[in-house]
Amino acid sequence: MMKNVNLPHDPYNVIITGVGGQGNVMASRIVGNALSRLGLRVTIGETFGASQRGGSVMSHLRISTESTWSPQIPAGSCHLLISLEPSESLRVLSSYGNPNVNVLCNTRPVHAISVISGDRDYPGIDEMKSWVEELSESCWFLPATEKALELGQPILANIIMIGAAVGVGILPLKRSDFEAVIRETMPSDKQELNLEAFDLGRAMIAAIVA
Amino acid sequence: MSQILNGIPGSRHLLMGNEAIARGALEAGVSVVAGYPGTPSSEIVETLAKVSSKLNLYVEWSVNEKVAMEVAAAGSFAGLRSMAVMKQNGVNVGSDFLLHLALTGTRGGMVIVHCDDPGALSSANEGESRHFARMLEIPLLEPGDFQEAKNMIKWAFELSETVHNVVMVRSVTRLSHASGPVTLGELPEVEKNAYFNHNGFILDPLEGPVSCLPVPHHHERQQEKMKKAAAEFEVSQFNTYNGPPRPELMVITGSACHLYCKETINLLGLQGRVGLLKLGTTWPLPKQLIRTHLEKTDRFMIVEEVIPFLEENVKIIAAELASEIGPKTFFAKRDGTFPGTNEMNPDLVIAALAEILEIPYEPAPPAYRRRAQDLTQSGAPGRDLTFCAGCPHRASFWTLHNVLQLDGREGFVCGDIGCYSLAVLPTGFSTLKTLHSMGSGVGLASGFGKLGQFGMMQPVIATVGDSTFFHAVLPALINAVHHQSDITIVILDNSGTAMTGFQPHPGLPVDASGNAVPAIDIAAVCEATGATVRIRDPFDIDSTRETLLELLDISGLKVLVLKQKCALSPEKKAGKQFDVSVDEEICLGQNCGCNRLCTRIFKCPGLKWDGEGQVSGIDDVICVGCGVCASICPSGAIRRKEVA
Repeated sequence: MMKNVNLPHDPYNVIITGVGGQGNVMASRIVGNALSRLGLRVTIGETFGASQRGGSVMSHLRISTESTWSPQIPAGSCHLLISLEPSESLRVLSSYGNPNVNVLCNTRPVHAISVISGDRDYPGIDEMKSWVEELSESCWFLPATEKALELGQPILANIIMIGAAVGVGILPLKRSDFEAVIRETMPSDKQELNLEAFDLGRAMIAAIVA
Repeated sequence: MSQILNGIPGSRHLLMGNEAIARGALEAGVSVVAGYPGTPSSEIVETLAKVSSKLNLYVEWSVNEKVAMEVAAAGSFAGLRSMAVMKQNGVNVGSDFLLHLALTGTRGGMVIVHCDDPGALSSANEGESRHFARMLEIPLLEPGDFQEAKNMIKWAFELSETVHNVVMVRSVTRLSHASGPVTLGELPEVEKNAYFNHNGFILDPLEGPVSCLPVPHHHERQQEKMKKAAAEFEVSQFNTYNGPPRPELMVITGSACHLYCKETINLLGLQGRVGLLKLGTTWPLPKQLIRTHLEKTDRFMIVEEVIPFLEENVKIIAAELASEIGPKTFFAKRDGTFPGTNEMNPDLVIAALAEILEIPYEPAPPAYRRRAQDLTQSGAPGRDLTFCAGCPHRASFWTLHNVLQLDGREGFVCGDIGCYSLAVLPTGFSTLKTLHSMGSGVGLASGFGKLGQFGMMQPVIATVGDSTFFHAVLPALINAVHHQSDITIVILDNSGTAMTGFQPHPGLPVDASGNAVPAIDIAAVCEATGATVRIRDPFDIDSTRETLLELLDISGLKVLVLKQKCALSPEKKAGKQFDVSVDEEICLGQNCGCNRLCTRIFKCPGLKWDGEGQVSGIDDVICVGCGVCASICPSGAIRRKEVA
């Protein structure tokens, strides 16, 4: 039942990170379900609950043609990082990064309480970009939240980032795979907006890569 | 979700561990399901509640875990398959009933699913519930992946009917809240007829009354059942061995740790050197099976969470057989190979195995890791836990904190279990001074309130949530009223079991499956006990403060119900009440006499501090428009405008 799918590594390890409330879990479910429909064996590890309020969150996706793997990725083993918040990309890279990792990152910061209180400074986006560039093989920064605000719902930054990840061409997914999951799992009044966000993400990455 | 009911048998789906457990229960033909919400277990009951109207299935969110076990046991006594579901501490709550249930035995298959939280990722403890199986002498199963989570639940019902006793199935956060591939089985057509047979001979286990008496008779029978379970476990398909016939070292593990061990053996390329014994039946241990594997080598690594349960039980068998199989070396928790606390992960297993077998392993180039860690230190400010933007608890604790300061008698607040537990931290102005189990805040307050005869003059307040109120506060409340304990109970009523995802509780007019049910009025219950009761909106800071000050001056038991819906509730998410903005002309920033009350003390995530411009601001993406910050700004610089 497995379609002809080539993975750059097996298992291929994706981390989706962000801050609690940014739609991390939703994003990992959609990507996981789309890959699972291709016949791939997907394992997703995540944490949620009270401990995540305002905290850093991560979803670990293991994509394999063969087996079920650990829901936690071993240190240093991330292949693709999708980061819904800039500073969270650094935090993930410090544990799971390696010189060959690819990074897609949203540019909009979510300030930690220590930044709101003035006890800590949040780095400028240019500085952040140069650091992530240094720690990755390739990286792409997108103003996903700003674009999502134009769609009227900042939460859609997660779907824009998924669109961009599919657009980069690393994940073995097509728009039709994403659309099938959206049609099946989302209420009908939300489907079009999510598809629009997905297409926006693909267009944004196409503009950068070109 | 739809695949839980409609998935085609034989098809493979990506299911959350909890969904796999729910599907397993459906494949077993479960009829009665009861639980109390608790991370990481809640999705099991939620999933079953959603499909309950389409099947002949009764699902309830019980008032607490003990009642959930009792409701499920009633189903079993009437001949139906039944399941009780809870997080780890729920087993503690229900353990008194469970002790007696284990003695009487069951009729229709009965399974208790308990989801432990190693590392306390979403708990106030990392308690182990596996020990209950040994202590109470009942069988224990632990699924080692997602497929097993489904299959094992189904088998647990069969086992329960074979031994006529309740069976425990233990999951953990990294299984319950993780997702993986699961191939579905058939949903059975079951004829369900409930009838409690109680007229038979008093000692007849299937037709007589269900009673613990006489205890010695039942206890003896209970131990016979354990022998029967052990015999089943000797040949169980849930115990598997992968590896060479004579490995250099054998890993013995189970549950989510099984996946970490499998990962390690693969990553280090040790398939030809290291064996992997995965145990799914962990109490009672199948002695012959363990012996067979102990004979294969002399070195063992035991990987488990959190307390060395498997380690101790395997070592007992190794000690009993020592004269026949010779001495064995174990790398596990008791020798310090693995830490005695916190959850496991692949990295701990990789590091331990690499060291024992002297295999060089670096997860990433050391220079890369150092650089990444340095950049994280300087560029990624740590995220302290905080109440959400617009959370009613921030407003409630703001007032509680300020009132205690104004009162000036060194009063304090006893905390309880819910999102508001975070008020031990700066996000709740460090207002909570005790934090234990569900309902304990009021019990402790009841005790503190009686210490006046020893000279204690400090005002005593307890805060509890609405779901917690019904779960375990009622006995403590009645105790406090009856003994005239001089305390104030603040009920933070946000209209649902918010922390675990808005499951309904007895205070709401709807049940788990969405049916209309009578709601029990918290304020009326408190009034009926004789307490002085007030109801306020915590977003109305002034009125809440005046009321609390008034209550602190009244003697006896006082209750303040602070009603405001959770900021994440569907109603609140539908739209903002206020547009909030900062008038930069009026904001004085650091120069404000308030010392930046908004961003330095109140610290709602919806606020911003512009260090360069020296003004506060609103983050429009995060602000949910509760408008409370406008009430706390002394300069009137924060403006709120009702959204049309």
